[in-house]
Amino acid sequence: MHNFITYYIGTGFWGSLVSSILPLVYIMPYALVTMWLELKISAHMQDRLGPMRTGRWHGWAQPLADVTKLLQKEDIIPAAADKVLYLLAPALVFIGSYAAYAAIPFSPAYIGADINLGIFYIVAVSAIVVLGILMAGWSSNNKWSLLGAMRTAAQLVSYEIPSSLAILAVVMVVGSFNLNDVCSAQSGWFWNWFVFGKFPFLFITFIIYFIASLAETNRAPFDIPEAESELVAGYHTEYSGMRFAFFYLAEYANMFVVAAVAAVLFFGGWNSPFGAYLSGPVWGAFWLISKGMVLVFIQIWLRWTLPRFRVDQLMYLSWKILTPFALLNIFAVGLWVVLRG
Amino acid sequence: MSPVYRYFRNIGKGFWTILIGMRITMKHLFTPAVTIQYPDARMSIPERGRNRLYVNMDDCIGCNQCGMACPVDCISIETAKSLPTEDLGVTSTGQKKRLWVTKFDIDFAKCCYCGLCVPPCPTECIYMTDVYEFSEYDRSNLNYSFITLSPEEVTSKVEQAKAAEREAAAKKAAAAAAAAAQRAAQAQAPAAPAGQDQAPTSPVQQKPAEPPRPAPTGTPETKPSAPQTTPAPAPENPTPDKPDTQDKTNPKDSSD
Repeated sequence: MHNFITYYIGTGFWGSLVSSILPLVYIMPYALVTMWLELKISAHMQDRLGPMRTGRWHGWAQPLADVTKLLQKEDIIPAAADKVLYLLAPALVFIGSYAAYAAIPFSPAYIGADINLGIFYIVAVSAIVVLGILMAGWSSNNKWSLLGAMRTAAQLVSYEIPSSLAILAVVMVVGSFNLNDVCSAQSGWFWNWFVFGKFPFLFITFIIYFIASLAETNRAPFDIPEAESELVAGYHTEYSGMRFAFFYLAEYANMFVVAAVAAVLFFGGWNSPFGAYLSGPVWGAFWLISKGMVLVFIQIWLRWTLPRFRVDQLMYLSWKILTPFALLNIFAVGLWVVLRG
Repeated sequence: MSPVYRYFRNIGKGFWTILIGMRITMKHLFTPAVTIQYPDARMSIPERGRNRLYVNMDDCIGCNQCGMACPVDCISIETAKSLPTEDLGVTSTGQKKRLWVTKFDIDFAKCCYCGLCVPPCPTECIYMTDVYEFSEYDRSNLNYSFITLSPEEVTSKVEQAKAAEREAAAKKAAAAAAAAAQRAAQAQAPAAPAGQDQAPTSPVQQKPAEPPRPAPTGTPETKPSAPQTTPAPAPENPTPDKPDTQDKTNPKDSSD
């Protein structure tokens, strides 16, 4: 039983529908909470307080107010924009990050699509985001948008390589692309997790994957696609209202995707850190989400620590540091797997 | 330094500095914020902060020195002479009050909060308070009136001063006429020149009564003479020139 919904309702229309909507039920509150966390964490890291009034208790309702405001805003389409692409782009960006949730094993009893090529599917489907961003930048008919979109394409394509190579190292160790199998391979106590396994190669793999995934979420220090100080807002400069909210939501959804993939690949996924203790379908979801949230916190932490990369530094990091190291790493892990099993 | 060494050193340095940066931000995450939640909590005002002015009318003698010190003319004062029978009391510094202050307006829309009006005051009745929140929707609401007299009292005091003035003028004229008549009687001259003498004397007599109300007269001659004509305005500093007041502020500020 890998998906309790299709197990109980069946794989018909309703079962598939409920099963595919379930991640959305998670994403919405997650995005609101993370938006609030980001406001508060960034504020406190700068010795400020952040929102304090909305909702009385430490501004907890600030994201709700923001979303409500965005819902009410006028949906502006620039006169010179390519309307079809312009309207399609935000949806495509969100689809790209949302589709990845299908293959994330939230718990032993829930994985949207238990496919054999789970991690490969996630990597492939995340590439749709690039397409959406390029569409947004091109169709806006705005120089900032176009520059941002071009930077995004360059950045995402460059960083797909080290991140895919890092994923491949784990896949070699497990011998399966299925993320449930990856989780099962790390069962037991937390020292069975792959971050600690085959030291130090899989730890290096984790670092490479994490850096590359930061770049894939377009967040600082890799936020040159939407660099405020240079490009206004990059590819979503012209978007307003609900369509802008879609980009925002997609960014936060994407943050969790890469964090969840990292949690599954390196931190045991839905496995409890304490062996059989506190494990089970519901605890599985708890552990995966907590591990993902810790990694999301590290993403936020890094964002408010580091300044933005320059474009050449970005390319240097990807092609001259991460990719060679990932290749060497794959070689080392492969040797280890062949020699020691 | 070989390029290989530099390459690895760069990577190592990059990781190390990122960890240092992360340690700093983590430390600041738990540092108390410097934000003051303004309407709930307020910063304390500096001891010599310049905010809204206040005039203690019990001590005001209506000398208009603050109004003359004001660089933007936001203080407008009008006074009326009291009758000899009226006792206005004394100020807390022991000076006798001789004028009814019928108008003491400070327009805070004009005020530039320079504080130049404070040191010239002989009785220290105009001073800065720590009130800084007095925004208004209408600019005219920023014109504050400090007088303690009611509008009826103001009109009655002004009328009374005018009546006293007229009476005094009439008395003087009568005295002058009597004197002239006496002179005429003594010199055996015709009475007509005495009538001509009478005409110039009356404006001369009225003049000293007018300076305390600078607005209606407004002549440059009467204004500077106003403090001299008022009774005992500033014993230690009778000339309220601008450079003088500035000289006075500096030692006072530094001594505080």
